[in-house]
Amino acid sequence: MVKLYINKTRVAVPEGTSVFNAARQAEIAIPHLCYHPMLSVSGACRLCVVEIEGRDDLPASCTTSVAEDMVVWTESERVIRARKVVLSLYLANHPNDCLTCEKTGDCRLQDYAYLYGVQKPYYQGGARKDYPIEDTNPCFERDHNKCILCGRCVLMCDEVVGVHAYDFGYRSADAKIVAGMDMGLEDSACIFCGNCITVCPVGALMPKWGQGKGRAFDVRRVETLCPYCGVGCRLFLHVNHGQVVGMSPAAGPANHNLLCVKGRFGLDFIHHPDRLKRPLVRRDGRLQEASWEEALDLVAAKFTAIKDRYGPDAIAGISSAKATNEENYLMQKFMRAVIGTNNVDNSARLCHASTLTGLARAFGSGSMTNTIAELEDADVIFVIGSNTSEAHPVIGFWVKKAEKKGAKLIVADPREIDMAVDADLHLRHLPGTDAALLNGMMYVILEEGLWDREFVEQRTKNFAAFRERVKRYDPERVSRITGVQPELIRKAAGLYGGADRATILYAMGITQHTTGTLNVYQIANLAMLTGNVGRRSTGVYPLRGQNNVQGACDMGALPGYLPGYQRPDNAEVREKFERAWGRPLPEREGLSVVEMVKAALAGSVKAMYIVGENPMLSNPNVNECRLALERLEFLVVQDIFLTETARLADVVLPAASFAEKDGTFTNTERRVQLLRKAIPPVGEARPDWEIICDISRRMGYPMEYGSTEEIMAEIAEVTPIYGGIYHDRLGDAGLQWPCYDRDHPGTTFLHHERFAGGLGEFVPVEDRAPEELPDEEYPFVLMTGRILYHFHTGSMSRRSQALDALRPDGYVEINPEAAARLGIEEGEELVISSRRGRITIKALLTKQVHPRAVFIPFHFAEAAANVLTNDALDPEADIPELKVCAVRIEKSAHGDPRRSPVS
Amino acid sequence: MPTQEGKARIIVGMGTCGLAAGARDLYTFLRREVARRRLDAEVKPVGCIGMCENEVLVDVQLPGESRVTYGNMDVERARRVLEELLEGGRAVEEWVVGIIDDEAHPYRDLPFYRKQERFVLARSGFIDPNSIDDYLSREGYRALKRVLEEMGPEEVVEVIKTSGLRGRGGAGFPTGTKWELCRKAPGHPKYIICNADEGDPGAFMDRTILEGDPHAVLEGMVIGAYAIGASMGYIYIRAEYPLAIERLEKAIVAARRRGFLGDDILGSGLSFDVRIKKGAGAFVCGEETALMSSIEGGRGMPRPRPPYPAERGLWGKPTNINNVETWANVPLIIRRGAEWYRRVGTAGSTGTKVFAMTGKVANTGLVEVPMGITLREIIYDIGGGIKGDVPFKAVQIGGPSGGCLPEEMLDTPIDYDSLTEAGAMMGSGGMVVMDETSCMVDIARFFTRFNHNESCAKCTPCREGTLRMMEILDRIVAGEGTREDLDRLEELGEVLQKTSLCGLGQTAPNPVLSTLRYFREEYLEHVEGHCRAGVCEGLSGGRAQKEVRGG
Repeated sequence: MVKLYINKTRVAVPEGTSVFNAARQAEIAIPHLCYHPMLSVSGACRLCVVEIEGRDDLPASCTTSVAEDMVVWTESERVIRARKVVLSLYLANHPNDCLTCEKTGDCRLQDYAYLYGVQKPYYQGGARKDYPIEDTNPCFERDHNKCILCGRCVLMCDEVVGVHAYDFGYRSADAKIVAGMDMGLEDSACIFCGNCITVCPVGALMPKWGQGKGRAFDVRRVETLCPYCGVGCRLFLHVNHGQVVGMSPAAGPANHNLLCVKGRFGLDFIHHPDRLKRPLVRRDGRLQEASWEEALDLVAAKFTAIKDRYGPDAIAGISSAKATNEENYLMQKFMRAVIGTNNVDNSARLCHASTLTGLARAFGSGSMTNTIAELEDADVIFVIGSNTSEAHPVIGFWVKKAEKKGAKLIVADPREIDMAVDADLHLRHLPGTDAALLNGMMYVILEEGLWDREFVEQRTKNFAAFRERVKRYDPERVSRITGVQPELIRKAAGLYGGADRATILYAMGITQHTTGTLNVYQIANLAMLTGNVGRRSTGVYPLRGQNNVQGACDMGALPGYLPGYQRPDNAEVREKFERAWGRPLPEREGLSVVEMVKAALAGSVKAMYIVGENPMLSNPNVNECRLALERLEFLVVQDIFLTETARLADVVLPAASFAEKDGTFTNTERRVQLLRKAIPPVGEARPDWEIICDISRRMGYPMEYGSTEEIMAEIAEVTPIYGGIYHDRLGDAGLQWPCYDRDHPGTTFLHHERFAGGLGEFVPVEDRAPEELPDEEYPFVLMTGRILYHFHTGSMSRRSQALDALRPDGYVEINPEAAARLGIEEGEELVISSRRGRITIKALLTKQVHPRAVFIPFHFAEAAANVLTNDALDPEADIPELKVCAVRIEKSAHGDPRRSPVS
Repeated sequence: MPTQEGKARIIVGMGTCGLAAGARDLYTFLRREVARRRLDAEVKPVGCIGMCENEVLVDVQLPGESRVTYGNMDVERARRVLEELLEGGRAVEEWVVGIIDDEAHPYRDLPFYRKQERFVLARSGFIDPNSIDDYLSREGYRALKRVLEEMGPEEVVEVIKTSGLRGRGGAGFPTGTKWELCRKAPGHPKYIICNADEGDPGAFMDRTILEGDPHAVLEGMVIGAYAIGASMGYIYIRAEYPLAIERLEKAIVAARRRGFLGDDILGSGLSFDVRIKKGAGAFVCGEETALMSSIEGGRGMPRPRPPYPAERGLWGKPTNINNVETWANVPLIIRRGAEWYRRVGTAGSTGTKVFAMTGKVANTGLVEVPMGITLREIIYDIGGGIKGDVPFKAVQIGGPSGGCLPEEMLDTPIDYDSLTEAGAMMGSGGMVVMDETSCMVDIARFFTRFNHNESCAKCTPCREGTLRMMEILDRIVAGEGTREDLDRLEELGEVLQKTSLCGLGQTAPNPVLSTLRYFREEYLEHVEGHCRAGVCEGLSGGRAQKEVRGG
C-alpha cells in the first residue's frame, strides 16, 4: 500500500492507483469531464488537475499515479484558477442555452460552472462553433456545438462496444467527433446501442424519444428490467405525468450500465396508439369492445363448458415468456388446478426445449451453468449457433471485453456474422452439421490428449461408449460432412482443448433442429471432456431469447414439469402440489406448443388460452397453424397488442405491459430480478396475473393474492430451487437459483464438485441430417433467425419508432454468386416457397450467407419466414426444425419494386 | 579520402536543396559530357554540405589536389568548368565558393564553417548516399561490428550513458538512461523507433542527415536494437520527404543484402529489421505517444505519460524512441569512445547540435556546432551577422514552441538547461534570426497560429487555449487590444504550460510568454496603436514616429 496525503487527509491505496481514485476513496471529489470508470483514462479534459508538492506543473489526477508520502492539494488556489480557466475555455465555445437545453439538471459542465462560479464566457467575442444539429438517424441527435470533445463517446464505442464508429476528426478549432468518414452515424459502423449517450457529460448526444417531455428534475426514475431478450439488463424508466418519457441504463449485474439498441430506443411501444385498452369480444364475426365483466364471464363460461363437455385435456394454454414468474406460475397453476390439464407450454418450446432436455440429462440441470459476467475472465470463448452480437448484444459486449483481456474467440456459424469476422477462428459449417463438427473437434481433443482425464474419470459416466462413437469422426471425414477444412477443425480443437477456462455460448443454431437435443448433448460432451464445467469462467451458456423464457420454464409452464422442474408423474411431487393447491392434479404429460396446434387441427383440442405469445408468427408452418386456430371452438388471447394470433381470437384481453406491473423475471443466467411498476396500465389494461385470478375465481377456484410478492412467497414454498427467493431479498443484484432457503446466497455457477444429477453423462451422438434437405425442386437451404433491430414476432419492436425506422421491412439474404446465377438484383422482389407455403420478400445480397443457402429474419408478418419453415420435431424435445428447410427462389410476378408490399 | 589513382572527381550536391536548384539536370549533363569527352573523371552525387544558399554546388577534385567548390552552377557554367579542367585544370576563380583541403574541417577558411564541428554531418556532402560502399569506405558499420564482436548489450548502454548523449529531438532526455529503462522493462517483443517526423517550419536537420548519410541512422538503430533487445524498428518519417524516404529505402535494402539488417546480423545471432512508416503531416505526430498511435493505425493523438514508451509503447510493448540526429550520433560514440565524445560540448550537454539557421542572417544554412557555443557566436561568427545594416532584434530558437531571445541574451550558451532557463528551448534545431523589421507581436501570433492549427484537439487547454490566445493576438495587432489582454495572455499561457497533456500544448505558449518577457514594451505600444517595426497594418509604424511621440 502506498500512503499519501490528499488535502491533509492520510490515504492508503494500492500501488499504481491514480491520485484521482485515491481521492475518490477518501471521498474527496475531483471535477472531471473525460474520466469515466467504464473507459480507459485519456487525460483530455484537464479539469481534474491537482497540485502536488514538489511539482511545478498541475498534473491531471486521473493520469498521475500515487507515490509514497506524496502531498496532494485538490482545491488549492492555483488549481482552482486553472480549473476556472479551463471551464471558461469550454463556456467560451458553448451555446450556454441551459434554459432550454434538454440536458439541464444532468449536465456536468453546468454542475462545474456552478461549483466554480464561472458565469459567462470569459474570452468574449471569439470564434464559436456553428454546426447544424445532426438528426438524420431515428434514435438520437448530435449537437456538435454542445460537444466538449471529451472523447468519452469515442472510447465507449471503441473499447466497450467494439464498433469504433466514432473518432476525433480534423484538428484545432475545427476538431469534432466524426462518425465514419464524417458522413453521419447512419453511414458509419454505428449499431445505435446508444451507450455513447450514457457517458456523454453534456447535451451533445440526446435521444429523440421524450424530448421536451421533462428533464432530470422533472422525472421520477424507476429501476426495472428490459423487456426484450434474456440478458436481463436493468434500466431506469423516466416517468413524468404518468407517462414513460425516457430511460437510462442501470448498473445491473448482467449489463453494467450497457444496453443495446432495443433496450435503449425500443421502449416507446409502451404508449403506442395500438395498445389494447379494452377487452374485445367476437360478435357477429367481428372483434368488438366489451367490458371486463362481459369478457371474463364469457371466458369462464366457455372454458367451463368445454371442460365439462370434452374433458380438461381439450383445453390447452400457452404461457408467456414475457410475463413475470408470478404470472407464469399462476398460468400453469390455472391450467393444472382449475382446468385440470398438463397442456401448458411456453415459447421455450420453440427455442430451448432441446437445451432443457439435453442438459438435464447430461448435467442434471437444463440451465446456463455460469454467470454472464464470468465471461470476462474466460481464456477461450466458443460461440456456436449464436449470432450473439445481434440477438444478445450486451453479452456480445462481454465477449469483446474478454477479447480485450486476451481471450480467444472461436465462432462456428454457417453465416459470416459480425462476430465471425472478428473471431480468431471461424468454422463455417453447413447448416445442420453441428453434431458432426463437434465430434470432429472432440476426436482431435482425444487424439492429442487435450482432454481432462481426471475430470472425466471422477465426475462423469458413459465415457467409453462416447469415446467409441467419436473415434469414427476423424477431421477428414468431418470435413466432408461439414465443409470445414480439417486443419480448421484441428485448430479449433487445439484452442478450446488447450484452454484453462473455456466457455461455450450457443443459441438457436444448435437447438432448433430435429437433432437439437443431440446437438446439446454434444455441447455438454465437449465441456465435460475438457473439464470445463463447474468452475468459474467455464461452462455452457445457452442464450435465452426472451426476457423471461427461463422463468416461464422454472415456473412449470411446461407440459412435463411442475414448478422447479418437478415431474407431475412423480406421485410424491404431485401430492405435495395437490396439498398446496387443494385440487387433484393430472399426471400425464401434456401437449407441447407444436403438438397443441396439431391437436387443434385434429380436433382433440377445442379451446386455447394464449397469453402473450404469437404463434401465428413464431410457430413453424404458420399456414397450418392458422387452420388449427381457426378450427378451435374458443380462443382467448391475452396480449398488449392485437397480434396476428389475437386477430383470430374469440376474446382478446388487454394486458399491462412490463412498465405497468410488478413481479420478477429470471434472466438467462438464472438470475431472478425485480420488475417494478413505473406507470399505471394504459386504458383498462390489467396485469396478466390479475386477469388469471379473475378467470379462476369465476371458475370456482379462488386465487386471492394482494401482490406479486405474495405469489412469490407461495412459489418459494413449493419450489425448492426458488426456496429462498422472496421479493424483499432481490434488491440490486437479484438472486441466482438454485437458492434453497432464506439464508442461501444463490448460485453463480452450477455443478461445482458435483453435477446436479450426480455424475455427468456422456451421450454418444451420431450425426443425422436435417429432415428436409435441398433437392431439385427446392434447391436452397433456408435458415431463419433474428436481427439486431427487431425482436421475436415484432409486436413490440415494430411498434417502436426508432427500430421500425432502422429496419422497416423484411428481406431475404442471398449470396451474390447465387443471385448472379438467378439474375437477381439487390432489392428485387422475390417469391420464396417451400412445401408449406410461399412469401414475397425483397432480396438483400450479402456474402454472409453460403451460395446454396438463404436467410430470412422471422420478425416480419408480411413476409413471414415461418410460412416456409418445417414443423418436423426433435423427438426428444418437441422443438421444431426452424433452422433448416428447403426452399425455392423465384422472381416475383409483380417484379415492379414500386408495387412491393414491403417497401 | 584520396581520389582513385589518376582520376578526377566531379561532385554534385544532390540534397533536396541542390535538386530544387536544378542539380538533377546538371548531374545528367555532367555524366553525359564526361562520357562524350571521354574524360578520366567520376561524377558523384552527394548529400547537402550545408552551403544551401549557393546551390547547385559542383565540386571538382583533381588527383592529388584540394577539392574546389563552385557555387550557383548551371549547365553553361558547368560546361565552362569542364572545359577549363580539360585545358589544364585551372579553376574558374569567380565561381569558387570554397575549398576543402581537410575533409574533417571543410572550408575552414570560410567563417561559416570555421566554428562548426561536423560530427553527424561529417559524411554528408562527401559520400554518395545511395552507395553502401561509400559508407563502408568511411568507417561505416564499423561501430556495429565492434559492438557485435566485442561488447555486451549492457556495455553499449553504459558507453552511451557515459557519453552524456541527450535526445536531439528537443527534450534532451539522457539517451543511455532511456535505453536502459527500455532494456530492463519486462515485455516482448521490444521496439525501437526513429522519429523522423521533422515538423518545425524551416527546419531540415533530420532531412539532411537522412538524405546525406542514411546508413549512419540505420547503424545507430541496429546498435540500439542490440543494446535494448529489440527485434523490430520503425522509422516514422513525414511523407513530404520523398528523397529521404527513397534513400532510406535503398539503404535498408542494401543493408539487408550485406547482412547489417535482418536475421542473424553479421552472424551474431541478432535479428532486427526496420520498416518505414510515412506520416501524413501532423505536427503532433512528432510527439512520441502520438507517433506510436499513428504507427498503430490510429489517429495521431498523444496519450498520457506515464506509462512511458519504455514500459508500454508501441502495441503496448516496451519501446525506445530517438530522433534521427540522436541515432546518427550513436555509431560515432561507439567508434571514438564516450570519453572522446564528452570532450566536445559542456558537462551537461555533450557533443554537437545541428541547427537550421534562417532569417535575417547573412549566411543561412545548416550548421553543426559544439554544445556550449554561444548564440552570439553562431549568429555573428558563423552566420555572419545581420544581413544589411538593420540592427538585430531577436533570435527564435526551438521551433514553433521555442522562445524569442533578445540581444542581451545572446551570450547564452547553447545547452539544454541554459536555453530553458532563458525561456526558450533547444528544440530540434530551428533557429530564426530577426532584425528590427520584425514585429515581435506578429511573430508571436505567427507561431501561436501554427501551434493552434496543429493542436490535435484532445486536451482542452491546447485546443481552446491556443485559439483564444490567437484571437487576443489578432486583436492586439489590429490595434484593438487592451492591457487586460496581456494579463489574459499570461494567464492562459501559464495554464497551458502547467496543465496541457503533451509537450505541444505545454510549450505552445512559449513564443507569447517569451516575447511578453523580453519585448513587453512592443505589446504595450500595440495596445497604444503603434507597431515599431511597421509590420502591423492599421497601426502607426516605425521607430522614428515613436520617438517623435516621445514613447
